[in-house]
Amino acid sequence: MCLAIPARVIELQDNHMAQVDIVGVSRVISLDLVESANPGDWVLVHAGFAIQLIDEEYAKETLELLKTLPFFDEEPLLAEGA
Amino acid sequence: MDLSAFRDPGIARGLIEAINATKTGPVKIMEVCGTHTVAIAKNGLRAVMPERVTLLSGPGCPVCVTANRDIDTAIELARRPEVIITTFGDMMKVPGSHSSLSAEKADGRDVRIVYSPLDALALAAKEPTREVVFVAVGFETTAPLIAAAILRAEEQGLKNFSVFCAHKTVPIALEALVNDPEVEIDAFILPGHVSTIIGTEPYKMLAEKYGVPGAITGFEPVDVLQGVLMLLRQIEQGRAEIEIAYHRGVLPEGNPTAREMVERVFEPIDADWRGIGVIPGTGLGIREKYAAFDAVKRLPITVPEPTEIKGCQCGEVLRGIILPFQCKIFAKGCTPEHPIGPCMVSSEGSCAAYYRFTDYGRA
Repeated sequence: MCLAIPARVIELQDNHMAQVDIVGVSRVISLDLVESANPGDWVLVHAGFAIQLIDEEYAKETLELLKTLPFFDEEPLLAEGA
Repeated sequence: MDLSAFRDPGIARGLIEAINATKTGPVKIMEVCGTHTVAIAKNGLRAVMPERVTLLSGPGCPVCVTANRDIDTAIELARRPEVIITTFGDMMKVPGSHSSLSAEKADGRDVRIVYSPLDALALAAKEPTREVVFVAVGFETTAPLIAAAILRAEEQGLKNFSVFCAHKTVPIALEALVNDPEVEIDAFILPGHVSTIIGTEPYKMLAEKYGVPGAITGFEPVDVLQGVLMLLRQIEQGRAEIEIAYHRGVLPEGNPTAREMVERVFEPIDADWRGIGVIPGTGLGIREKYAAFDAVKRLPITVPEPTEIKGCQCGEVLRGIILPFQCKIFAKGCTPEHPIGPCMVSSEGSCAAYYRFTDYGRA
């Protein structure tokens, strides 16, 4: 129920709405909760509302850390969220 | 955004090895999000855990923890001729004491599934002679949307839109579980998108006051394994902290804009959780200022005293006291095709997830 999916902002519209691309599907969603989103940004969409900007860099960083497996006995790799 | 690496078997295997290499005693880890329940069952993650690590499903499916009285209230609202009920699809088949919204629709009531509360607003604008009621069930992820919809309705001057709010909040409920003498939990896999809104702060008491670690976790298999590993590492090292294993979706401070909107429209009230009972301060009531948008104040109804579902052990499943297949009626009379309790109805319910993706409990 708390499902949220990544979408890319295509165009800002009136009334805090925006056209986004969700895996190739175009939808209009509300930016009431993420006022700073701009075209090109990734947002997490839940039931017609953007709920957060997604930092693509974080996704890449997490993966880079994980990809160093199985040699990740060192602490810092796992303490990324501490 | 390419998330395929978060499903990469090579990375997953490395994490599984690392999980197996941790040294802890028997550990019970509870996840409290229906989407995790499904992710764990669908990807067979229980089977790859060492024997000493038990993954339990907690009260993470909002539909499942909705009390019969709240479902009965939605049904009574549906029975008013001027009302159009709008809700998320998950709510339709959930049984109340005597009926469900789906059964009411079959009997001719106007009940519609919407994708977003904004669809309900649009419907209200289109049908000015009807009363459009949004039946809101959910956690912190969804609450800001409901608040935003009410604020938009006010701005648009809509006079025929209201919300029946059975919303609940997660952290205090987790504290209640930790304090429940029947329940044993060593660590929590914390809900990713609830945390997108609330951040890490509200969970800190679990770690600081009770010594129970938590990892805010995403929903791909690699995310879940990472969350489990972080928790096992904490236990191994004798630490208890709230960590984030889902950085691409969660900031430590959450989403303050969303929280401010929730604060503006709602106030904390006591909430009745199925199987757990009333937990003070875990519900969201619509503030007096927005009473015009409160369906129960707008459209007076009488709700008969609720009755419980016979034979269903959802309450014990939701507290992690028994696993779904240990329920007496699991797969024996209670199946997704003919569900008896809500945990088998909702696609995110732990009984439905066990039934669909595993063969536990079946000969």
